[in-house]
Amino acid sequence: MERIRDAFASLGSNRALIPFIVAGDPDYATSLAIARAILESGADMLEIGFPYSDPLADGPVIQAAALRSLNRGCQLPDCFRLVQDLRKETNKPLIAFTYVNPLMQYGATRFFAELAQAGGDGVIVPDVPLEEAPDLANAAEKQGIAWIPLVAPTSGEHRVQAIAQQARGFVYCVSSLGVTGERSAISTQVESLVQAVKRHTNLPACVGFGVSTPDHVREIAGYADGVIVGSAYVRRIGDAASGGGDAIDMVSHFTMSLKDACRG
Amino acid sequence: MSMQNNYAFPDSNGRYGQFGGRYVPETLMSALLQLEQDYLRLRADASFQSELAYYLKQYAGRPTPLYFAERLTEHLGGPKIYLKREDLNHTGAHKINNAIGQGLLALRTGKRRIIAETGAGQHGVASATIAARFGLECTVFMGEEDMRRQALNVFRMRMLGAEVVPAMSGTRTLKDATNEAIRHWVSHVDDTHYVIGSVVGPHPYPQIVRDFQRVIGDETKEQILEQEGRLPDTIVACVGGGSNAMGMFFPFVEDTQVQLVGTEAAGHGIHTEHHAASINKGRPGVLHGAKTMLLQDEYGQVTPAHSISAGLDYPGIGPEHAHFAESGRATYVPVTDEEALSAFYLLSKLEGIIPALESAHAIAYVVREAQRMPKDSIVVICLSGRGDKDVEQVAHMEGGLADGANS
Repeated sequence: MERIRDAFASLGSNRALIPFIVAGDPDYATSLAIARAILESGADMLEIGFPYSDPLADGPVIQAAALRSLNRGCQLPDCFRLVQDLRKETNKPLIAFTYVNPLMQYGATRFFAELAQAGGDGVIVPDVPLEEAPDLANAAEKQGIAWIPLVAPTSGEHRVQAIAQQARGFVYCVSSLGVTGERSAISTQVESLVQAVKRHTNLPACVGFGVSTPDHVREIAGYADGVIVGSAYVRRIGDAASGGGDAIDMVSHFTMSLKDACRG
Repeated sequence: MSMQNNYAFPDSNGRYGQFGGRYVPETLMSALLQLEQDYLRLRADASFQSELAYYLKQYAGRPTPLYFAERLTEHLGGPKIYLKREDLNHTGAHKINNAIGQGLLALRTGKRRIIAETGAGQHGVASATIAARFGLECTVFMGEEDMRRQALNVFRMRMLGAEVVPAMSGTRTLKDATNEAIRHWVSHVDDTHYVIGSVVGPHPYPQIVRDFQRVIGDETKEQILEQEGRLPDTIVACVGGGSNAMGMFFPFVEDTQVQLVGTEAAGHGIHTEHHAASINKGRPGVLHGAKTMLLQDEYGQVTPAHSISAGLDYPGIGPEHAHFAESGRATYVPVTDEEALSAFYLLSKLEGIIPALESAHAIAYVVREAQRMPKDSIVVICLSGRGDKDVEQVAHMEGGLADGANS
């Protein structure tokens, strides 16, 4: 949790760049190399997707990545190992993104304890809304893992307030209706969502879902504390895996161009 | 057996004991809370209820008969067997009961568009039918594998004006169609009502679908009292998500002398990996927004289900069934593809009623157990749908349309 706080504190006038990749996509060694390259190219934190068979908050790009990873046999222990391997090399925050069922099967306390032990800092669970969160958020807190909840354009002021109070680390603002995936434009609604969050917490507010280009990042950097870029990375990794170029090269250049757009 | 008097589930959190709840993306929460509020208001609204009753009677053809299956009873030499004839509904299955209810719900809440998921295609057909009748736009998500198995229903839905979208992910069956429907709903939640077809999904859906299906059990209770002067000893219904079973069971939940039996698809057998027996072989987990019994591996990845019938080919089950199983109010027994197929033939030949392969699982249980049941006992089987949709599939299994079905 402290690493997340310190990372935001050290940004100065810049915004945080938080890329997302899927653990084990397309295989363990490549995903480790990709994560390393992203962090070395200037990302401020990394969100690591734990692959799941039924990712209902995700669009086709991340669904395909989860499938690539699962087909190579990546399971929860491999996800923790990825966090652990990265932690040996970096002080930047590492945030797990997991659906609730794998977490529940493993046992919440055991899950968060092993995540913390591996060097993880936070968790995002897209299918656990406010009402279902208290037990899991408490279990995370006890292990020093930040519970990072999502707010949506449909949340309304009361829910935003309650979610902001439940949040640790930062608040994840969903840019628009729908699942993850690249969009041609970022909805203007999200600025008011970020403002609503800021009325109720001093925690940073970061924007994700659909953020795909440096122009998007530049726009969001005008009002939010950070941006999460997922499908745009995962698509590049998928293209590279099917012979469309060098993944390390592609994600490194992409990270640098996004990082540039995060400068204040 | 636990006390079932004053049964009061779901609780205020949408829970049935430990099961149920709302495990969905935050984007959907406001819509679910609004739906719950709208539904509870309309449920208490006399004009809504009388409109629902009108369509059930004049459009769907209710009440459906409770038919004494005399030749099946004689053949098995066990209990008196009654069939609740949901197959005689308009569109051929119990699915229309819920589609009418939710169609009216969409109309009354100002939604001009509905979406639905479907396995065997019966819920898709019922939704497309209601959309046509009420002038709503309709999109149905169906697994690509199921579209192949149930090509006739795909054609029917399109004839009725619905758009049918293949679900290409995962196992390309009902589970994946439901994922796609939820993903689509997240993007269109402001103008679209999602007509879930079974007692699954996030609260308040399991409750809404149960309430719209309870007409099956309510009628059965009245009819058996009229014909036999007493309640049945045993009620049997097949369970995929479990809407026909819940509709049948729920009005009897406090009549603890009535044994409730759900039949799960055992596919090739529950000792194999090819089955859909979520109560018998699953563990608690989360699927499609609810905590329930789920087929999954040790790390919580959902494992593919298998059944000869597309409508039972589902790795989860409605959360209230999971609760019934845990509390002991109902028991859930596995029935294999092979048993279901022979019951399919048996009922066709003895009674002149071709059952859906789903419903054949309920019949097969009675075929298997009849000798162990007292002769003076009464069994009601929910015949949830007719088998017309399955004739082609069965014919192919028997060597083609030209020379099949002579066994």
